[in-house]
Amino acid sequence: MESENLAQSGSNEEAVVTNNPDNSVIATEDPSRYQSKEEKKGKFWAGLLKHLKKEWPLYAFFVLPVIYYVIFRYIPMFGNVIAFRKFQAGGSIFGAEWSGFKYFKMFLNDPAFWSAFKNTLVLNIAYLVVRFPLTLIFALLLNEIKWLPWKKFVQTVSYLPHFISMVIVAGMIRELLSTSGPINSFLQNIGQQAIEFIALPEWFPTIFVVSGIWQGLGWGSILYLAAIAGISPELYEAATVDGANRFQRVLHVTIPCILPTITTLLILDIGGLVGSSGAFEKVFLLYNPMTYETSDIVSTLVYRMGVNSGNYSYATAIGLFEGLINLVLLTLANWISKKTAGNGLW
Amino acid sequence: MANEEIVFDKSKQQTDSTKQTAKSLRVKESWQYKVFKVFNTILMIIICAATLYPFLYLVAQSFSSEAAIVKGLVTIFPVDFNLVTYKSVLEKGDFQRYYLNTVLYSVFGTFASVFFTALLAYPLSKSHLRLNKFFTPFIIFTMYFGGGMIPNYILMTELGLRNNPVSFILPGLIGTYYVLLMRSFFTSLPHELEEAGEIDGLSKFGVFFRIVIPLSKPIIATMTLFYMAGYWSNWFNAFLYLDDRDKWPVAYYLRQIIIGASTSADPGAVSSDSMQIAANIKSCSMVLMAVPIICVYPFIQKYFVQGMMLGGVKG
Repeated sequence: MESENLAQSGSNEEAVVTNNPDNSVIATEDPSRYQSKEEKKGKFWAGLLKHLKKEWPLYAFFVLPVIYYVIFRYIPMFGNVIAFRKFQAGGSIFGAEWSGFKYFKMFLNDPAFWSAFKNTLVLNIAYLVVRFPLTLIFALLLNEIKWLPWKKFVQTVSYLPHFISMVIVAGMIRELLSTSGPINSFLQNIGQQAIEFIALPEWFPTIFVVSGIWQGLGWGSILYLAAIAGISPELYEAATVDGANRFQRVLHVTIPCILPTITTLLILDIGGLVGSSGAFEKVFLLYNPMTYETSDIVSTLVYRMGVNSGNYSYATAIGLFEGLINLVLLTLANWISKKTAGNGLW
Repeated sequence: MANEEIVFDKSKQQTDSTKQTAKSLRVKESWQYKVFKVFNTILMIIICAATLYPFLYLVAQSFSSEAAIVKGLVTIFPVDFNLVTYKSVLEKGDFQRYYLNTVLYSVFGTFASVFFTALLAYPLSKSHLRLNKFFTPFIIFTMYFGGGMIPNYILMTELGLRNNPVSFILPGLIGTYYVLLMRSFFTSLPHELEEAGEIDGLSKFGVFFRIVIPLSKPIIATMTLFYMAGYWSNWFNAFLYLDDRDKWPVAYYLRQIIIGASTSADPGAVSSDSMQIAANIKSCSMVLMAVPIICVYPFIQKYFVQGMMLGGVKG
């Protein structure tokens, strides 16, 4: 009898899933000094059971997507443990011997890692510093266009590059910057020497930032425009009555009203400063060994170390390190934003 | 009649008053505003031109002769118009194969993605579901921290899905950000219709498929464009997981010729045709790959602006 009880309380979670209402009653039968607490617990489970019984058809929607998230998001997340194990190709994620922090020590002593880390920061910060004010200004200027068909046209054109594959963007960059491309033709026409942009490390950050602006300016403004559209016209009217001119209205009505959007986007961007997932494709398609000193970022290094050379544990350690810094940065940015602006991502 | 006149008069008065305020505004906005307007228009024209120029250059180059390309004479109009490379690319069996693969991956992938995204977003939009307190962070956390490239790569290998076309679609099947966008949209739908459906005897799935989905055309159109553009442009999954050439999508083929051509010139090219093809096979392939997206995108634009706005209110 006792063992049965134990088994039942042990499989408490399963009982919830199978909708067994008796379970909670058993848990509260035994009188003891913790009764009130247990009773509360029992009530909680009973309430949850009732809720599940009533709402199971809606919860059924979760089954397939949650299985997907477990397999393709959470298992790889826990798969990061191979950073602490000696993983070999063909082995199992969870079946290798422990190696502690060996791989972390290895890459922290690797100049290639620090070079990639520096490049990731430099490229991301340069891009953020240029892009962030530009998208905001672009949104404000776009909002000043009063003739709707023209506004629509500008929007359509400026959003377009966002939907173009990075392969095509990289191909375009290579064609435009090639020695017989239009930019070099122009340089030669004004009496300058042709420059092989793609092969020169000092040009890489410029190419990265300019092409990023080309592709992301319009799309980056879309959330600002949405926020601006949500501002009540009465605020503008009131400001006009108070004698504010157009510029003052932008400064004292539009910008304060979209400040929450600005901070949210800034948090997201700061959280991504060390991450290189967004930059990976472009860098990977544009860099070459000649420009590694300015172009190699953490994720391209992870790729070469892992997939290319088969040092899986070493590469995972680098990737995990990057991911964790990212998470810390994002949490920090969110905390600061909550303290100062009063709103955050979570 | 009299009523109508009064109404008419009122509206006339209103337009008069708005005209007056507009006039008074315009008086204030003097020459500085005019200068600003001119400056703004010129700036926007420059931005549009700069955005479109690379596309126009690519198209022009794809129709130009090899000699003109090498000399750098192509600007935005083709020089010595010809179709040699287009013909050779379109007649080549493998290019057709890659293109077909891209279409298949995009269609099936998009269909599956939109379906699963909706399936997940719908219960998440129901605030009375108590376990959403667990499921919502469970989903959102994956946006901030993930497995990274290598664990994903190992997982796919261990599942035995390498070289299986499914491996092209699975890694990005559900986009968490898109789930949140769709959730905001579902939250904004009127509950009365769903309740009415239930009273009429529909199950939850019935309500979902017969009432919610038909009401969600704007967000479904948006998701379709986003996922479609994602699958259409994806080359990296093919790069990691698809070893057989006959399973490659166009994007990956394009990556191969772009990278390959940049590291080594083609010394074997002798005849005029092969010279011509070597000169603009890249631009031809790029144009062919970009055309469907550029054609579809303007029609869906109005939907996704709407969709993004809804999602942007609270992400």
